[in-house]
Amino acid sequence: MLKRYLVKRLFVALPSLLIASLIVFTLPRLIPGDVVQLMLEEKAYAKDLDEMRAKLGLDRPIYVQYFDWLGHIVRGDLGESLWTRRPVTEELQRRLPVTMELGFVAICIAICIALPVGIISATRQDTLRDYTARSAAILGLSVPGFWVATLVIVLPAIWWGWRPVTGYTEFSADRIGHLVQFVLPGVILGIASAAALMRLTRGMLLEVLRQDYVRTAWAKGLRERVVVLKHSLRNAVIPVITVLGIQIAQIVSGAVIIETIFGLPGMGRFLFEAINQRDYPVIQGVNLVVVSGIVFVNLVIDALYATIDPRIRY
Amino acid sequence: MPPSTQEFAIKLGNGLPLESGEAARRAAFPVRAARSMWWFARRKPLGAIGAVIVIAMLVMAVFAERIAPFGYDETIRGARMRAPGPTHWLGTDNLGRDMWSRIVYGARVSVTVGFATILLGTVAATAVGVSSGYFGGGYDICVQRVVDAWMSFPFLVIVLSVMAVLGPGLLNVILALSVIIAATSSRVIRGATIGIAANTYVEAARALGAGHLRVILRYILPNVMATIIILATIGLGGVILAESGLSFLGFGIPPPYPSWGAMLSGSGRTYMFRAPWMALWPGVAISLGVFGFNMLGDALRDVLDPRLRGASGRTT
Repeated sequence: MLKRYLVKRLFVALPSLLIASLIVFTLPRLIPGDVVQLMLEEKAYAKDLDEMRAKLGLDRPIYVQYFDWLGHIVRGDLGESLWTRRPVTEELQRRLPVTMELGFVAICIAICIALPVGIISATRQDTLRDYTARSAAILGLSVPGFWVATLVIVLPAIWWGWRPVTGYTEFSADRIGHLVQFVLPGVILGIASAAALMRLTRGMLLEVLRQDYVRTAWAKGLRERVVVLKHSLRNAVIPVITVLGIQIAQIVSGAVIIETIFGLPGMGRFLFEAINQRDYPVIQGVNLVVVSGIVFVNLVIDALYATIDPRIRY
Repeated sequence: MPPSTQEFAIKLGNGLPLESGEAARRAAFPVRAARSMWWFARRKPLGAIGAVIVIAMLVMAVFAERIAPFGYDETIRGARMRAPGPTHWLGTDNLGRDMWSRIVYGARVSVTVGFATILLGTVAATAVGVSSGYFGGGYDICVQRVVDAWMSFPFLVIVLSVMAVLGPGLLNVILALSVIIAATSSRVIRGATIGIAANTYVEAARALGAGHLRVILRYILPNVMATIIILATIGLGGVILAESGLSFLGFGIPPPYPSWGAMLSGSGRTYMFRAPWMALWPGVAISLGVFGFNMLGDALRDVLDPRLRGASGRTT
């Protein structure tokens, strides 16, 4: 049943993915300025603009380029960077794990903060603890990550003469250093997501806590921990998981800035540099991988619903 | 014993007895407005704090020329990177410009982008969401697939791509961010429209010969309005934050006009070790502004959405 549902969902997602691929392909080409001109100005290794365009395949009609690109994607080929001539797939294989590690740390931190604080805030509605938690959550949503990142670099340097490491340490070179380098950026990325998730957890839990079956649980004399964690939380958590899927997209957005500030060679920084250099294949490749990843995560989340709530049948 | 009329009026939610409610209606508008604000401040203290911040920001934006002691681009001779003090409350930057004055003028950018984006984005979202939810069928399926595709992009990725196409500038920031607001809000408005369109009074209006436009304007739109207002108020803070992020990355308002995000990047980061206030105050301004809008938006949502009122439901 679940399998049939997932296949159906995949078919519904396919047109969206196709439209997304069209957006992904068209948008970078609308960027003003000619990449070929930009390359020749800076590198001057080709004399003729037309010759260069033909070499890069940019002289063909856009629809031909699009279908050619789609054909290559089906075969797992995302093209080559116009600047470095390195395959985008190869570059992504190197950079994707960095962003995934960063995202994983951020998500873990977000969940660890959001769930307990959301539960306390909902069960102690309109008390000092609730007000404090809500204010902190709104503050978390309001403080720009790039500012926190800047302060994290500046303030310790001024106060204690210590600066967090910016740059990338390979896992093979230093295992501990590799893991530690994700903590600060992960915390900064995770805070905003934690705030959003905490507010949702509180809101959903408040709704569930007003249900008749929860009143019955109280009336039976069950302990608060059982009523909240066993009877209420499980029913409140489904929308939270849905939003967790949306937060992954937010984290990728945040990664564009945070990776740039902390010097992490992830996909976000790769994309930002590509946009500045009008590197079409890289912009297309990164966007397509990100969009497909988000669609896939949402599909997994849909499948998770039935596990969390046995009443859900597909 | 049944509750008295006064007790019943208090239970209805506004906390005011029926008599005082009638008295309030008879009172002059300023008195009524003051009473409503007092009621709001007592019921939603965090929202009231947010409202104060938002009003302060609006005042700064509108009266920037009068509030700021210096021009936003005025270079003060011999005052490069001066620390905060009595003459320059928040210090000066690497070009000798007064930080407080630049932050006051920066409020104008944030407020303009915030309100204009929300207005434009919400109008577009309403048009798309209401038409998609009301007409349904093939039109709905096509529109929703496009919205799906648009929503699967991380917002900064799509905004950066759009900004790269449009180029930096106030109007372009507003357009790029409106596109994002329009897509996400249209989905929620569509959902609300589907619920309203299923009501029998809509069917009755159609049976009496009302055209689609009349049904939408007369029956659907007024009922979806609460959702639209909630979406608009809670979206304002996010838009201001997004604008500052874009400006930080160099895709926002071009210099020399100050934008809080842009003040944090470029020279703000280059000189941050020698003049940390250059990196501090713009961030405080962004955080405070967004915090104010978020607090107010949250409180307004609680007031406008009846499901979110009242106690936790625990039997006492």
